[in-house]
Amino acid sequence: MAVPSLLNWAVALPEIALACMGSVILVLGVFLQRGKRFSSVVLLSVAALIFTAFLVLLAPSGVGYSGTFVNDTFARFMNLLVIVGAGCAIILSVSYRVDKNTPLPFEIPVLMLFSTLGAMLMVSSINLMALFVGLELSSLSIYILCAAGRENLLSSEAGLKYFILGSFASGLLLYGVSLVYGYTGTMEYSGLISAIRTVDTVPMGLVVGIVFILVGLCFKLSIVPFHMWTPDVYQGSLTPVTAYMSVAPKFAAFALLLRVMLESFGTMAPRWALLLEAVSMLSMVYGALAAIPQSNIKRLMAYSSIGHMGYAMMGLVADSVWGVQATLIYLVAYLFMNSGAFACISAMRKKGYEVFDIADLAGLSKTDPGMAAALAIFMFSMAGVPPLAGFFGKFVVFAAAWQSGFYGLVFVAVISSVIGAYYYLRVVKVMYFDTPVQAFDHPAPSLVLVFGSMSIVTVLFVAFLGPLMTVAQQAAVALAG
Amino acid sequence: MNPTLAAIGLGPYLFVSAVLLVLGVLGIFLNRKNVIILLMALELILLSANLNLIAFSSALGDLSGQVMVLFVLTIAAAEAAIGLAIVTVYFRNRGSIQVEDITMMKG
Repeated sequence: MAVPSLLNWAVALPEIALACMGSVILVLGVFLQRGKRFSSVVLLSVAALIFTAFLVLLAPSGVGYSGTFVNDTFARFMNLLVIVGAGCAIILSVSYRVDKNTPLPFEIPVLMLFSTLGAMLMVSSINLMALFVGLELSSLSIYILCAAGRENLLSSEAGLKYFILGSFASGLLLYGVSLVYGYTGTMEYSGLISAIRTVDTVPMGLVVGIVFILVGLCFKLSIVPFHMWTPDVYQGSLTPVTAYMSVAPKFAAFALLLRVMLESFGTMAPRWALLLEAVSMLSMVYGALAAIPQSNIKRLMAYSSIGHMGYAMMGLVADSVWGVQATLIYLVAYLFMNSGAFACISAMRKKGYEVFDIADLAGLSKTDPGMAAALAIFMFSMAGVPPLAGFFGKFVVFAAAWQSGFYGLVFVAVISSVIGAYYYLRVVKVMYFDTPVQAFDHPAPSLVLVFGSMSIVTVLFVAFLGPLMTVAQQAAVALAG
Repeated sequence: MNPTLAAIGLGPYLFVSAVLLVLGVLGIFLNRKNVIILLMALELILLSANLNLIAFSSALGDLSGQVMVLFVLTIAAAEAAIGLAIVTVYFRNRGSIQVEDITMMKG
């Protein structure tokens, strides 16, 4: 593949630029005036992300850093998703107030930049070492972000829980990496493929190692049975942080999962297909059932994301180019509806204080018709009602799994999405048919921008489905073809 | 393979590292007392993987395992610093770092 001594640093141009800009913004933030500090840092961070997105499109394809780093169509696609997700979360943090008047500490957008950098490294890694370093850069930043509400008991508890369980999962992943390294003798994905192809029977240690790596990644994706942290951490963290956690790191973990499972261990597909099929089924059923009794909308979104990750995994189970393409399209749809829904949740404030009860949404259609319509669009989309984004996402993954012969999986997925529709539509019912309660504060312009644009994209998803399919197919071919 | 490792064999190294891993996992799941012990257990898991990496690297005559250990040590230090900071913040808000007290949110 690569010439071993070749540095070829240009392939990592976006990551290098983002790292430099993040550090510069952090230093600038210290010297800025207290009053203007947060807004200037947010502005700079968004500008840095836009610049990085341009560089992602411009950077040459190829392998660099002695075969540890790759830039291909798949990496570009996932990097753009990660950047858009992070950008939305940073915009949500503009108007966020910890209590009535205190803005967030200025480090939060910077930490989000660093976490995005880690996620981009994960997406582009083709070496177990790069995988681990990227994963840890992304996770360590998120641990701090979770505990960022320093005066807030729930936030620090969320940070503590996520730290302990997250480091535990990273530790297991690392142990898996060490076993895979030991039994194949290489850390490069290309080396792993040839090492696995040459042996007749796969050694037990290698299988154990792969399972450990899978467990670590499933934890980051909050796939059942490694989901237990999700509701608590989603509920306790500050809302922009929750919005960030529910998209960017998940996309990166999915990119890793696709790359590791299809590229390196692809020849062992029959061995792990059953395992992935089981966790995928469990997460969608659990996500649908456990969300029903929830009254807190952030917890509801946590269970909903557990379910969505289960659906997105169906494409990976299908183990085909079409399956990867389907997963990518599902993730795009998830990005739009999830970021939009979190923008609406950020706008749920009464007299300056955040409220999270679904009951607080009662009669929103009378008090704020625009926001009610946007939230209804996101909820319908997540429930999979045509012709919204979520429907096409579900349709392509179902079709991919069906084509590969996983009829049972598709059957379970259809049933659980029908059950799931109940709790999404309950939110719509509360907004449109219940007697109005006290109105929310007027939503900040930045929030209106996010949920307005995301609702338009969710509704008009079908308009750009064609080009999106083409791009996703190129990405999938780059990975699995 | 270097002489010392050849004399002992790879097996004992892997066994010790597996024992460390199990101790770390048990330390996290059976410990009902103090959060600091959880941090120690986490460190134990990372070190068990390090031991594995070094043993394999030596047995395979391949340097990348040892390079990885350097990365892991750095990351483990950063992780411990962040963990202690989070525990401090939590203690300031809750007044306790007992594991059974971390139950404000349930579900």
